[in-house]
Amino acid sequence: MKLQRKNRLRATALGALAVSGALVLTACGSDDNTSSDATSGGSSQSASAAASDISCDGATGQLLASGSSAQKNAVDLWVKNYMAACSGVEVNYKSSSSGEGIIAFNQGTVGFAGSDSALKPEEVADSKKICKTGQGINLPMVGGPIAIGFHLEGVDSLTLDAPTLAKIFDTKIKKWNDAAIAKLNPGVDLPDKAIQPFHRSEDSGTTQNLGKYLAATAADDWKYEPEKKWPAPGGQAATGSAGVAAQVKQVDGAIGYFELSYASSQSISTVDINTGAAAPVKASPETASAAIAAAKIKGTGKDLALDLDYTTKAEGAYPIVLVTYEVVCDTGNKAETLPTVKSFLTYTASDAGQKLLTEAGYAPIPAEINAKVRETISALS
Amino acid sequence: MASTTPIDIPPAPPARQSRPATSGGRAGDKIFLGLSRGSGILLLVIMASIAVFLTYRAVLAVSKDEGNFLTTFDWNPAGDPPVFGIAVLLFGTVVSSIVAMVIAVPVAVGIALFISHYAPRKLAAPLSYAVDLLAAVPSIVYGIWGALVLVPHLEGLNLWLDQFFGWTYLFEKTEVGVARSLFTVGILLAIMILPIVTSVSREVFLQVPRMNEEAALALGATRWEVIRLSVLPFGRSGVISASMLGLGRALGETMAVATVLSPSFLISFHLLNPGGGTFAQNIAAKFDESTQFGRDALIASGLVLFVLTLLVNGAARLIIARRKEYSGANA
Repeated sequence: MKLQRKNRLRATALGALAVSGALVLTACGSDDNTSSDATSGGSSQSASAAASDISCDGATGQLLASGSSAQKNAVDLWVKNYMAACSGVEVNYKSSSSGEGIIAFNQGTVGFAGSDSALKPEEVADSKKICKTGQGINLPMVGGPIAIGFHLEGVDSLTLDAPTLAKIFDTKIKKWNDAAIAKLNPGVDLPDKAIQPFHRSEDSGTTQNLGKYLAATAADDWKYEPEKKWPAPGGQAATGSAGVAAQVKQVDGAIGYFELSYASSQSISTVDINTGAAAPVKASPETASAAIAAAKIKGTGKDLALDLDYTTKAEGAYPIVLVTYEVVCDTGNKAETLPTVKSFLTYTASDAGQKLLTEAGYAPIPAEINAKVRETISALS
Repeated sequence: MASTTPIDIPPAPPARQSRPATSGGRAGDKIFLGLSRGSGILLLVIMASIAVFLTYRAVLAVSKDEGNFLTTFDWNPAGDPPVFGIAVLLFGTVVSSIVAMVIAVPVAVGIALFISHYAPRKLAAPLSYAVDLLAAVPSIVYGIWGALVLVPHLEGLNLWLDQFFGWTYLFEKTEVGVARSLFTVGILLAIMILPIVTSVSREVFLQVPRMNEEAALALGATRWEVIRLSVLPFGRSGVISASMLGLGRALGETMAVATVLSPSFLISFHLLNPGGGTFAQNIAAKFDESTQFGRDALIASGLVLFVLTLLVNGAARLIIARRKEYSGANA
């Protein structure tokens, strides 16, 4: 028995060593997917350029924020530049999820929240407890294309339109050489292989935005309500954009959706969308910006929630887009964080701040809407 | 060992009666008694308040559920009206655990027997380290390994099972897709519970009284007959409790399942099709984006898992109690 106890001790020690070794190894590789050239190249040049654009009016102390992981890479760049310019201020954005961000905002624990979708009426009602004199409003700050990535040996470029896409994700089209796909891709040699559509397993703003697009443009083929939860019964699921991208990368015959940066960093081919414009549109920050430009503001008062036009047929406008909002109180923000929130958001909405987005694979908010965002930020109280 | 505790208790009372006589009213004893009693009560109070809190939140959620909490094949507490049910989760949890047990227990008993009775000493020690090391690997590492290595490599096995055992219904593959199924989860869970089942079984097998084995050998039994006649009956209750410890881990495993499974809210006995879900995996997957109400609903599902675990442990206790005579404590 004694001998065994010794053995077990030794085994535990070895185990501990293995675990700590694994931790050290994972710590190096754990962080996200930003293609390294975008981060390093982008920030080093803009850090110096942006410093002059940032005004740190009265900003002090620590600003906590939380929410959407879709805008994480953009916020990281902003925070880095902002903290370099304003010494003594610490901005801490916890990238969790839109739902978490809104919960934290409505509990009053964060200065602002990031969210992939505008506040729901009941969430606005909740926010009135925290914003004593006002209510929570949405400020569109980051745009981005949702890329449709695919993996098909021997095929590098693929064009699809909304009804075909809807049928693929609803597992109505089961083979890659289906007539509907072949018709959109003349001259492409499509293999007789099963299509394996991947979607997000957890609730996600990306899912909801894809759903809105499909519901708006292919109502006959996509009968589901656009929700954060994946509605269709078929297909396979994976966790997070990273999970879906990894599956698409791994499985021959797969198709899935995720933010463009995941496709570019893992060199996954993306689908060009036939919107009805003269040429199919590729997913890129520019084409996404062009589509967001067609959006109308649907929020009332100071709320700037956007109504995206998914059916746009404008040349070079990529219609599957996502807009991330920063959620703040219009009036009644907490006195201790208000100056910092104002000064930080003023920077993110500034020309320098928006310019940074393209470098990180996102799409800037069009000038007309952005002007209103700036106006609203300057009036926050 | 879990199995020995209930059996150890009966001899205690006489000892307790004699104690006050010898150790009178020494201050140290009183303080120690107070401290230990206090911490015991504190633990119960903490547990009780956690239980009350969780039950309260769960009741809040279930009372607003528009579907049937037990039979609905959907999880959409954010919907209008909110609809969610645990049927799929219960099914997935039970099925993946059964697959894991069916694979892991025979293998673990085999390894334990090999280490304790067949292997030369030089091999037995490193082998038991190796098995114990498996227990030290964090589950997320198993998850990543499962997703990147196990899943792609299981495609061949799946096709083979489908071709030759498709007639069993269980192994008929009716949907395309890689092996992100409950069956794969079961295999992964089997690997994860292997160390605990092996090491407890090994300890039990090593405690078979030397005399029993030697007596059997003296009667002319072969090595296998010794194992069959003296080691296995003696170790049975230990192996059962080891399996239950393993089952406990399999039922509650979260990250590895979440990484490997392609969750969906459908029940299918075609084990090779992607889909299904487990309680723990569902909680991990849905918690982030949930509203307060959604979290209450997840807590409710967690309570069901708790009840399930309680039932399994109760059943294990019953089995062990019936086989008391073979338990190591009485030898």
